[in-house]
Amino acid sequence: MTVETTARPVLMKGNEAMAEAAIQAGCDAYFGYPITPQAELLEWMARRMPELGRAFVQAESELGAINMALGAAATGARVLVSSSSPGISLMAEAMSYMAGSELPMVLINVMRGGPGLGSIAPSQSDYFQATKGHGHGDYRVPVLAPSSIAEAVDLVAEAFAMAERYRTPVMILADGVMGQAMEPVVPIYRMPPREPAGWELTGADGRPPRILRSLHLQPEDLEAHNQKLQAKYAVISEREVRWAGERLEDAEIVVVAYGTAARVARTAIERAREAGLRAGIFRPITLWPFPSRDLAALAPRLRAIVVVELSAGQMVEDVRLAVEGRTPVFFHGRTGGMVPTPAEVVAVMERARDATSAAASDTAVLR
Amino acid sequence: MQHATIFGGFGGQGLLFAGHVLAHAAVIEGREVSWMPSYGPEMRGGTASCTVIVADRPIGSPIVDTADSVVALNPPSLAKFEALLATDGLLILNASLIEAEPRRSDIELVAVPCTALAREAGDDRLVSVVALGALIARRAIVSPDSVRQALAEIVGPARPALVAADLAAFSLGLEAAPVASPKVVPVADART
Repeated sequence: MTVETTARPVLMKGNEAMAEAAIQAGCDAYFGYPITPQAELLEWMARRMPELGRAFVQAESELGAINMALGAAATGARVLVSSSSPGISLMAEAMSYMAGSELPMVLINVMRGGPGLGSIAPSQSDYFQATKGHGHGDYRVPVLAPSSIAEAVDLVAEAFAMAERYRTPVMILADGVMGQAMEPVVPIYRMPPREPAGWELTGADGRPPRILRSLHLQPEDLEAHNQKLQAKYAVISEREVRWAGERLEDAEIVVVAYGTAARVARTAIERAREAGLRAGIFRPITLWPFPSRDLAALAPRLRAIVVVELSAGQMVEDVRLAVEGRTPVFFHGRTGGMVPTPAEVVAVMERARDATSAAASDTAVLR
Repeated sequence: MQHATIFGGFGGQGLLFAGHVLAHAAVIEGREVSWMPSYGPEMRGGTASCTVIVADRPIGSPIVDTADSVVALNPPSLAKFEALLATDGLLILNASLIEAEPRRSDIELVAVPCTALAREAGDDRLVSVVALGALIARRAIVSPDSVRQALAEIVGPARPALVAADLAAFSLGLEAAPVASPKVVPVADART
């Protein structure tokens, strides 16, 4: 990863930093439809892409935008789409088609409160949608979750690289804080190399036609296709897991959190340590593939795990699956656009310590 | 060292701008910084705010439950943010628009006629730059010169004619909040 420290950092809003990172990563075409809290991303692309002679389309709807992206991706273009929660729901069908047709794309979801139109305030309540589904069918999409704006810039380039390496849509799962806040970004970007693909539709003049499709009417054919997809997902699960830890060496209580919740957790563990509680953070960066193996390896030497989310409890299910009851798992979440405070997180950590200090360490799974 | 400031006031008073200037000054000094706006369904005349955290180590939550300083430019933001101030925290209050007294007695209060001073500097809209001057006079979050450089870098390229007025407003704010104690409180000694 290209990170030099000679350039002076610039202060950038998350939405704008992710947009510029996509441009610098070689994004050929952007399609979108305005929605808060990601609107500045679309606005940045609206200004910059025409300047560079690249394609920018504000579509008539989210469905229009994602299907234009499907078409552009089929020609081998490096494609970006962005939206926020309700817009992503509208894009679910095309996500399934793109996964089935093995088309690369980067899709940024700057999450807001739900369900329904919800609120425009920050939320992480689309974890299930991002990691378990969006559309129909047996498919998976790598999901990258930035916890700072500098990291978001890195992950956008990484997302394009993964999308092309594995011929799959890749999602960046951010939230309203990551979209709206400004933080320093070192303006040195990375452009993944372009590999000759060999599948893209460029006109069949002088060569046999290529076909990209998700329709396989013969069950035998579709099962073979699905097995190929599953083999690809197995490789991604093996190779692409990313997570970061802080203060894990001597930790007895570990907060598992991603994105903005992990930032709240950082403040919380500092306060907890000041109060004598040995606290650390396990921060998944890939939400799918989830860092289950590494969390499972860590879990047995912990007194308790505290999961913090801006949701009613979604990632906590993957945490419980990973640790398989070996460690008590506690949860704290706020919803609707409310952000947990460090004080709330410290209180849950203290509760976790107290509940596990006596004989209460049997199968305690408390919420 | 870590210092969290909340700027609150009416949309149009330049709060997000003043926070941006502070954050930019921190970047000039090579510090860690986050700037987080309120981004609800805000409108001109409604209440808006932003939180700026400047630190010498990686910053946790960009949204805070305790502020080291609050800049309140209108009555609703005094009511909303006073309670978040840490003990001995700094409250910069725009005396031109706020008649109410703060309820807290465990804080450092500096009442500055920001709107009147902004007019003196040449433009009512510089109210938040005056307040930023008062803030920096009392808390060495960044140096005054870094703020001046930030103003020139942010305002200069698009509106060079306004830089002088911004610098004047900042100086009026600095002068309006002379330190009561012999020296400026270094923020490292305030609350970490």
